[in-house]
Amino acid sequence: MSQAKVPAWVNIALIPMLNIALAFIVSGLVILAIGENPIEAAGYLIFGAFGYDEGIGYTLYYATNLIFTGLAVSVAFKGGLFNIGGEGQAYIGGLGVGLICLSLDHTMPFYVIAPLAVIGSAIFGAAWAYIPAYLQARRGSHIVITTIMFNFIASSLMVYLIVNWLKEDGRMAPNSRTFEENAWLPYLHELLSPLGIDIGDSPLNLAFIWALLCCVFVWGLIWHTRWGYQLRTLGTNPTAARYAGIDTAKVTIWAMLISGGLAGFVGLNEIMGVNHNLLLNFTAGYGFAGIAVALMGRNHPIGIILAATLFGALYQGGAELAFEIPTITPEIVVVIQGLVILFSGALEHMLKDRIEGFFIRRAVA
Amino acid sequence: MFETLILMLDATMRVSTPLIFAALAGLYSERAGIVDIGLEGKILGSAFAAAAAAAVFGSAWIGLCFGVLASVCLALIHGFACITHRGDHIVSGVAINTIVAGLTVTLSMYWFGMGGQTPALSGDARFLDITFPFADALESVPVIGQIYSNLLSGHNILVYLAFAMVPVTYWVVYKTRFGLRLRAVGENPHAVDTAGISVSFIRYRALIICGILCGFAGAYLSTAHNAGFLKDMSAGKGYMALAALIFGKWRPVPVLLACLLFGFLDAVAIRMQGVVIPGIGEVPVQAIEVLPYVLTVLLLAGFIGKAIGPKAIGRPYVKERA
Repeated sequence: MSQAKVPAWVNIALIPMLNIALAFIVSGLVILAIGENPIEAAGYLIFGAFGYDEGIGYTLYYATNLIFTGLAVSVAFKGGLFNIGGEGQAYIGGLGVGLICLSLDHTMPFYVIAPLAVIGSAIFGAAWAYIPAYLQARRGSHIVITTIMFNFIASSLMVYLIVNWLKEDGRMAPNSRTFEENAWLPYLHELLSPLGIDIGDSPLNLAFIWALLCCVFVWGLIWHTRWGYQLRTLGTNPTAARYAGIDTAKVTIWAMLISGGLAGFVGLNEIMGVNHNLLLNFTAGYGFAGIAVALMGRNHPIGIILAATLFGALYQGGAELAFEIPTITPEIVVVIQGLVILFSGALEHMLKDRIEGFFIRRAVA
Repeated sequence: MFETLILMLDATMRVSTPLIFAALAGLYSERAGIVDIGLEGKILGSAFAAAAAAAVFGSAWIGLCFGVLASVCLALIHGFACITHRGDHIVSGVAINTIVAGLTVTLSMYWFGMGGQTPALSGDARFLDITFPFADALESVPVIGQIYSNLLSGHNILVYLAFAMVPVTYWVVYKTRFGLRLRAVGENPHAVDTAGISVSFIRYRALIICGILCGFAGAYLSTAHNAGFLKDMSAGKGYMALAALIFGKWRPVPVLLACLLFGFLDAVAIRMQGVVIPGIGEVPVQAIEVLPYVLTVLLLAGFIGKAIGPKAIGRPYVKERA
């Protein structure tokens, strides 16, 4: 093999962009196949997501969930662990938030409930990730399979708890009572309007700021701590990590705990920020979408913010699109997600090898 | 009591059928070293294609063909990513599941405009139950008559096919040259390559068989078990099949037993709805529904035996270069 180097921008920018472009081209073909104009559709989509204040608010509200799950997937991935259980961890994290709000909202003020809810969601999400992590690290079970199983277990557990224990008496709808207002995360438009900033009514709330802080935290943790170095070593070469004296089992478990905790924060945004009660299925696939976000964002917090915003825009724009062109359903966003996972994840070598080969040949020549 | 048991076993057969097809599908793929998280997507894709084609052409058989075709196409995408481009098997499987979940709804809206469903199927567009000869006459005979008439008779052809696929799979995997190579490719692809046999070609063939079987599973769901396609109708059956595959330790007969166990638990869960057991109280349905997943986790953790998969599973094969 030649020692010629591929320019950094090729790997950081060019290849991911091409992969995403391919995903969008195929999505465009799908829209074409159902007899609609993809350019027109993209127009509605972009306007719906960014064209007005409220739309932007919704885009960022969806992005909040995706930042949490994207970070969750990427922290585990840095250690070579594929955490497919973000969905279950987010669900159980929401349970933690719900339990704290339900038990404290009559007696405690907001500034006591909020930090406890943050801690609660992290602990519940982490706890749900702990068992697969422990089994992987100590007993050699495969984390992908166990986290899948735990998604199903989480979903059954939540149905049981909500229907049998937390449901409001005398109501048919499977959700808990609505929290008192002191257990609601404030909306950003409410926080900003006294300052004279008007951003339009949207579910965007304080959890968004927390998501951004989490990005900073993850960035510092992975690239600027000894533990982060161990994690990255484990991810690149587990054998070398073991020989270097890294306690790989411990790093594995901690990586999954942090991953699960981050996924748990989805509950903060959904339960405390928007729904204000504990309900079924609020995770709505964000755990899986996090995989696409992490792949697209190249497992870097900045990339994840960008990818989450893009996907948030697709969710919000997709809803707008479905309204404008009824033959296109919001599920087109799921298709695009899948294609992004396919092209930037599973098929990453397809373009990468060729493009790198091209640059290496050019460098040699 | 006996009658209840017969009814539950009857339900078990119906619920297990898609699991058996899908788990055997996974067996071919994983024995060849390709992890297949995408079973779910293939089942869902086939269920939609089968129901759509059956609705348009009015024939369940044509539906089945389209279901198999759709599922094989998905399997080939998986192969293209994992075999040709050495992509991550799990990422590829997740991608396929996600794409199919979105695409089936999008296409069904476009073709049928019924909110992610296909029109209800009836008559020839569905696989109907087959009544064995003399089933009605023998029904009154105690025990044997009931087993014959109510348990064995009265299923559609796909149910019988699923059960027939188990000995066929056993024969293919253990008694044929292809089966030997299939297993070898999952354990030690280098050895197969050294023997001058194409690793890729065997893996592609394994995935095509996997696609065909998942196609049967999906077609069963939408054209035999139900009368049409519903959004997300596979509802985790692919993952449950994967659990059964692991539970059966990648061997045909144990896999069949695992599928039957999971199907039986499903039947029990439906039966137990609201039933109060003396001394225990009402057993939550969710506790029974969740058992297959819990059992699989326990098995993987080595608490109830050890599940050891094919050695080369999930690893892309790179031919050594000189």
